[in-house]
Amino acid sequence: MVYHSPLSLSDLFSRKRKDEADAADGGGDSPVYPTRALGKFLSSLNTIPQPLLLDLGPVVGTNVTFFGEELGCKFLVENVFKDIDRHVTEGKLDELAAFLAKRFPQGDASVDGILCWDIFDYVDYKVAQALARELVRILRPDGALLAQFSTTEPKNAPSAYTKYVVVDRQNLQYRPYPAARPRQRPLVNRDIQRMFEPLRIAEQFLLKNNLREVLFRKPPAAAKIEASNSAAD
Amino acid sequence: MWKRDEAVKPTGPATPAPAAPAQTQASAPAQPEARRQQMMERDVVNIGKSVVIKGELNGSEDLTVEGHVEGKIELRDHVLTIGPNGKIKAQVFAKAVIVLGEVNGNVTASEKVDIRDGGSVDGDIISPRVAIAEGAHFRGSVDMQRKGQPQGQTQQQPQQQSRATQQQPQTASVAAQAAAAH
Repeated sequence: MVYHSPLSLSDLFSRKRKDEADAADGGGDSPVYPTRALGKFLSSLNTIPQPLLLDLGPVVGTNVTFFGEELGCKFLVENVFKDIDRHVTEGKLDELAAFLAKRFPQGDASVDGILCWDIFDYVDYKVAQALARELVRILRPDGALLAQFSTTEPKNAPSAYTKYVVVDRQNLQYRPYPAARPRQRPLVNRDIQRMFEPLRIAEQFLLKNNLREVLFRKPPAAAKIEASNSAAD
Repeated sequence: MWKRDEAVKPTGPATPAPAAPAQTQASAPAQPEARRQQMMERDVVNIGKSVVIKGELNGSEDLTVEGHVEGKIELRDHVLTIGPNGKIKAQVFAKAVIVLGEVNGNVTASEKVDIRDGGSVDGDIISPRVAIAEGAHFRGSVDMQRKGQPQGQTQQQPQQQSRATQQQPQTASVAAQAAAAH
């Protein structure tokens, strides 16, 4: 007689990972929400041998382990949330755009994947433009960029950032932590598209928690050359 | 056949077979424990709070650093622990590295790097397993190679992104040598 467990092996692994993360980080009460774009993001980088991944959020040990195991990648942490906090506390918020324009030491087209999380919800449009321009510059052709955008007005929103802890390919744990600045007015779709040009939106999901997940891809260089050649003809 | 069997068996009732364990039973729990303690004390070396080392540190035993080290630390087959008072401004090569203090420099481990709560690393990490606890500080990149992935690929990756490697131009080649050595 064969007994079938209702849990798959991946379920067990993700549960184990979550338990371990909770035990290590003390985030047992934080809610877990599904993610649709993360799996697509991983799939888009799976073919690249040892990709370089840039995380704009705070360092999360379990995420480093997760991406390392999934992609065998080189993982780079550049906590931009900390930069925002520093500029707010020093009263230099008007200098943030100029700072971010020179923030990243990475060379042109040198990064395979970028995890922005919800950084764009906490900056003004001008700063968002400066940041997006830099990210477009450092992203390699055919590279992927994952960002989340809130779709609701931040009425009486508390000053809190969210640490996104990867539970598995389909789930993220949201862990709030204190911030110097609350969430700003949500960006409209058109502005997001313009900000990231020439990246194209490969996937877009509106989640039940009013968060829009967007997966951008940078068009491959070959396609660009072909396009320019055909235009010349 | 019978004789052969008997020849193998211990001869004579005088052999104090049960007596031997009875003798050791009294001292058994104490002796190995004390011995183990002695062995551990002998194997783990401690660099105290007031010690400052500038230069290259090589070793073939586990090491705990509570003082200051500047330069290079190499414990290829052993565990390096940087204690809560330890401050390292060096390139580190070890089997496993546990960080409770401060490290400023690249860390290469053949097994694991573990940054504990309160620990701080400013530099690049190359290790197949990396654990960063909540409350730990880390700034740099993590290079985890997938199992079965050829080590040589690390060398092909552009190294210019790393902050630590920009400061120390020789680091990239040293890290590549370390990866190849493992």
